[in-house]
Amino acid sequence: MAAILEQAEAATELRPAIAGRNPWLLAGRRLWRNRIAMAALVLFLLIVVVSLLAPLYASHIAHTNPFVNNLNGTTVVHGKRVPLMQQGGGILKLGETPIGPTRDVHHYFLGADALGRDVAARLLYGGRTSLLIGIGSAVICSLFATVTALIAGFFGGVTDSLLSRLMDVIWAFPVLLFAISVGTELQTLPHGLSVGPVHIVASSLWLPTLIIAFIYVPYVYRPVRGQVLTVVHREYVEASISQGASNVRLLFSDILPNVITVVIVLLPLIIATTILTEAALSFLGVGVQPPNASWGTIISDGSSLLYTRPWVSIAPGIMIVLTVLALNVLGDGVRDALDPRAKLRVGG
Amino acid sequence: MLTFIVRRLLWTVLVMFVISAFVFVLFFKTPGIDPARAIAGRNPSPQILAEIRHQFGLDEPFPVQYALMMKDLFITRDLVSYSNQGVKVVPEIFAAAPATLSLVFGAAVIWVVMSMALGIAAALLRGTIVDPLLMILALIGISMPVFWVGEVANLITQSRFHDTFLFSWVPPLGYTSFTQSPVGWFKGLLIPWITLSILYIGLYARVLRANIIETEGEDYVRTARAKGLTERRVLLRHTLRGSMISYVSLFGLDFGALVAAGALLTEVVFAIHGVGFLFFQSLGNLDLPTIMAIVVYGAFFIVLANVIVDIAYAWLDPRVRLT
Repeated sequence: MAAILEQAEAATELRPAIAGRNPWLLAGRRLWRNRIAMAALVLFLLIVVVSLLAPLYASHIAHTNPFVNNLNGTTVVHGKRVPLMQQGGGILKLGETPIGPTRDVHHYFLGADALGRDVAARLLYGGRTSLLIGIGSAVICSLFATVTALIAGFFGGVTDSLLSRLMDVIWAFPVLLFAISVGTELQTLPHGLSVGPVHIVASSLWLPTLIIAFIYVPYVYRPVRGQVLTVVHREYVEASISQGASNVRLLFSDILPNVITVVIVLLPLIIATTILTEAALSFLGVGVQPPNASWGTIISDGSSLLYTRPWVSIAPGIMIVLTVLALNVLGDGVRDALDPRAKLRVGG
Repeated sequence: MLTFIVRRLLWTVLVMFVISAFVFVLFFKTPGIDPARAIAGRNPSPQILAEIRHQFGLDEPFPVQYALMMKDLFITRDLVSYSNQGVKVVPEIFAAAPATLSLVFGAAVIWVVMSMALGIAAALLRGTIVDPLLMILALIGISMPVFWVGEVANLITQSRFHDTFLFSWVPPLGYTSFTQSPVGWFKGLLIPWITLSILYIGLYARVLRANIIETEGEDYVRTARAKGLTERRVLLRHTLRGSMISYVSLFGLDFGALVAAGALLTEVVFAIHGVGFLFFQSLGNLDLPTIMAIVVYGAFFIVLANVIVDIAYAWLDPRVRLT
């Protein structure tokens, strides 16, 4: 008996001390080791940085203002000065076609659009807008949904029923129809929208951001509320209650850290979805309004030039695909690293 | 079961009431918006405006206005469009519905067949290079904006390669009804079908693959193998059946959303005059009755799809009870 105890003691002494490991650190390490996810993250950050450099590109490299019509402008191709709007081909020489891609970063790299504006510079500015709206609305949506889900799941009863029914109603809205209706409606207001002291002009980026944030709230609310319900009666929450913790303390230091993984897993996928939605709304003319450009509005600008100057539409589409693809791959990586078995859009 | 149906019916009515009331307030009561002006056209005189207000009941109190519109929409079904007063809204939507249904049904057939083939292939070939390749393809499919795919498809089939043998059969943009010419219907819709289905092929292939891999670990699949069933039978009768539950519910929801004018972008890009296209047109001239009717129509299909999915779920998975 004593020998066994002695052996056990020896074993304990031999074992190296186990360092306490933070679960976030472990998840971070798993993500770091996932090469594909890291490549996606690098690609996404690269797109963000390049888009943020848009003003520098426009003023120092391309020397153009991509927000001003330039129908009578000229540019340089192979050392020769040529007009931006070229006379149409055919026998009648009717109509004008903007200049196509020149493959020269200083002079209309991707050509001009129907108003003679530099497509490459607009593409970068458009990226800035699209990313701003995409990330902004995803963050607003997640914050709002998380707080509502915490309140609903924690207080339960009537609060929960009311909030959940409200979310069910938003869920039943035809997403695209709803966003388009609100977008159109707000843009037809002659003097913008006034809510109390807040005044938003019709061309403000806040309108598409808030509309898009609103329509995806139930998609985050449902999984987060589900997670709150599984956590709220756990022993550590009861222990906190028995120690007299306040509701705020229970919500934010006991429950929130245990449901936030659901939000973190969803976030890249929500950003991907909001970027696609912004592009769709802007393509239809009810999202981003001039003078701002976004990837969606540039595709829309290019649709009238589709058969003559296809790159005006193709280039922003490629940017959207790359961005959304990077976010989807990153989202898979984050899910694998945290693995709370969350899925976007599980019907209920 | 009966209580379930009654509850769901009441819920449907409630949702449609909330949505229609919301749209009504949005379009008729937002400060700065005057529907009478939208009807009257440019520079109307005050008398004409007053006359129009009276004629369309816009001088009534707000709840009466709402009730009048709902009565015209659901009971007498003779709600008149504001922009073209010879057009009744309800028959107009019914006339546009076949184009939308043709588009969505065809795309659904393609996406179910393709996603099942890809999902099963990826799950069975796990550990080989085929699986990650298929999944990357699926991810790219999910990441492409459908209207952009449509434009690129138009560029290829209508312009750049239209004169080659590959795409010379593609008719000009637009919709030919099935009764007019079945062949023209099929030719005109094939490219839109493929465009619309790409996103869902990617989405469903990923879902199915994940579910098959999850189901593979279930005890009943091991039991089926232990009984000595062939791999083929285990896959088709046991694994796949268990994997299809969430696939079916996703399908129901997406199909409902698409019929509810969710295919609007595809319809606009390919000039298919369906419900989504009609909605887009009505927005252009702020034709409130048509917008209202289509939003209510869309909400109805989404709620209906949810109910059908719940019933299908309980039928496929006997552990779920409907209450």
